[in-house]
Amino acid sequence: MNKLIKINPLDNVFAICNGILPGDEQEIDGVLVVFDKPLGLGHKIAARPILKGEQVIKFGVPIGSAIEDIPRGAHVHLHNLKSDYISTYTLDHEFISPK
Amino acid sequence: MSSLVQNNLKGYLRQDGRKGIRNLVVVAYLVECAHHVAREISTQFRNQQVHLIGFGGCYPNSYADKMMNALCTHQNVGAVLLVSLGCESFNRLRLQQTIEESGRPVKLVGIQSVGGTRKAIDEGIDFISSALEEIKSVPVVNISLSELSVGVVCGGSDATSGITSNPAVGNAFDLIIENGGTAIFENTGEMIGLEKIMSNRATTPLLADELKKAVEKAAKYYSIMGHGSFAPGNAEGGLTTLEEKSMGAYCKTGNSPVSGMIKPGDIPQKTGLYLMDIVPDGNPRFGFPNPNDSSEIAELIASGAHCVLFTTGRGSVVGSAIAPVIKVCANPETFKRMEEDMDINAGKILYNQATIKEVGQEIVQKILSLASGQQTCSEMLGHQEFVLGYKTFEPIGPSCLP
Repeated sequence: MNKLIKINPLDNVFAICNGILPGDEQEIDGVLVVFDKPLGLGHKIAARPILKGEQVIKFGVPIGSAIEDIPRGAHVHLHNLKSDYISTYTLDHEFISPK
Repeated sequence: MSSLVQNNLKGYLRQDGRKGIRNLVVVAYLVECAHHVAREISTQFRNQQVHLIGFGGCYPNSYADKMMNALCTHQNVGAVLLVSLGCESFNRLRLQQTIEESGRPVKLVGIQSVGGTRKAIDEGIDFISSALEEIKSVPVVNISLSELSVGVVCGGSDATSGITSNPAVGNAFDLIIENGGTAIFENTGEMIGLEKIMSNRATTPLLADELKKAVEKAAKYYSIMGHGSFAPGNAEGGLTTLEEKSMGAYCKTGNSPVSGMIKPGDIPQKTGLYLMDIVPDGNPRFGFPNPNDSSEIAELIASGAHCVLFTTGRGSVVGSAIAPVIKVCANPETFKRMEEDMDINAGKILYNQATIKEVGQEIVQKILSLASGQQTCSEMLGHQEFVLGYKTFEPIGPSCLP
């Protein structure tokens, strides 16, 4: 069963639609990726190499930028992805309009 | 591409030309002091399409007034019983007049003037018995998707909501708009970070400004309320950034152009996709904009929604007075556990048993089924939640409805 789902064709990440276990294999773009840790429902996996500073696209829109190079198949989360807004938006700040 | 079945859809024709998919009687209390009498009356007619709504406040509020006027003349409503104590400040005579002018049977029972609880209950029961007979003669006519208005809320979200139920509802919304219908989304507090993407979908530049301002207002309002937006559980569930969380909620709006912006109780006069701005204007005065899902649902209905789509991951069970609520369950495990409460199992997308598009179509088909006599899970279980509190709004400007 395919454990990854691409929500929008523009996305550069997959969402996990079925929990991943260590040792699970998945072919992504013709390249075989072997996962080394368990990853739960809803977590993100790079669908292709994402360079540091490049925007991560999910739902067809940017959801933040990579803070390091992310290889294809790697877990995309707080350690390598940062909001383009306010890193975890704190609501006690005046609203800042996007550029 | 789509193969929607639109046969034998029936609506109840009202004098203003709107068509309802239900023909029910509303019992409305106009202050909390009249709540018990109203409830005693409505429970006499259990399972007979008699729904209880009301406003508990004794102080006047123009928002609540507008909501009650809109709800009592909703196209799903055939007749109305107003239950007043007698000394509250709600403008009962104007509400009664609004309902009369809409051509619906209406009666105002004043508990003080009729001589107390028991007499008020008896008068109310008499009226409803005759009203139920009278509304059987409301003309039944054909209705199509292009004449339906559908709202959406989400509640009890989890990591699956943004992957299954919400994009599926987005597809359903696009299908509704393609077919000439009307769809309403709300909760600007969940669009913080997306105001540019959302406002880019506006049909005019002036409307785009209004949409953007509405989200900015939400950001300020929630900031004053001290209500955070990213909980530790979000990250645990795989959500990394605020944009991502907002987008998970936002994708239920689909990809159609946004035709206008309304506030609760405003009824769009044209078809299309609308943002409902639910955040009060001015500084916070009465608490959180919508303290629970039911108050959001009531606002969508007041703005003319025939039915409301409710996406849930963890599993909400609520329905609503006046309009059916369709529960779209995001999480396949929740669906399995709470199947009797869930109308649509969007979680099967995760198991590759259906595509987002297929579930979107299934949702629209479910909406259509409501116009051919079928009930939602919450209707069958007797849910009739209703919540209405205090709010303050400025009227919308001309650029909101181009």
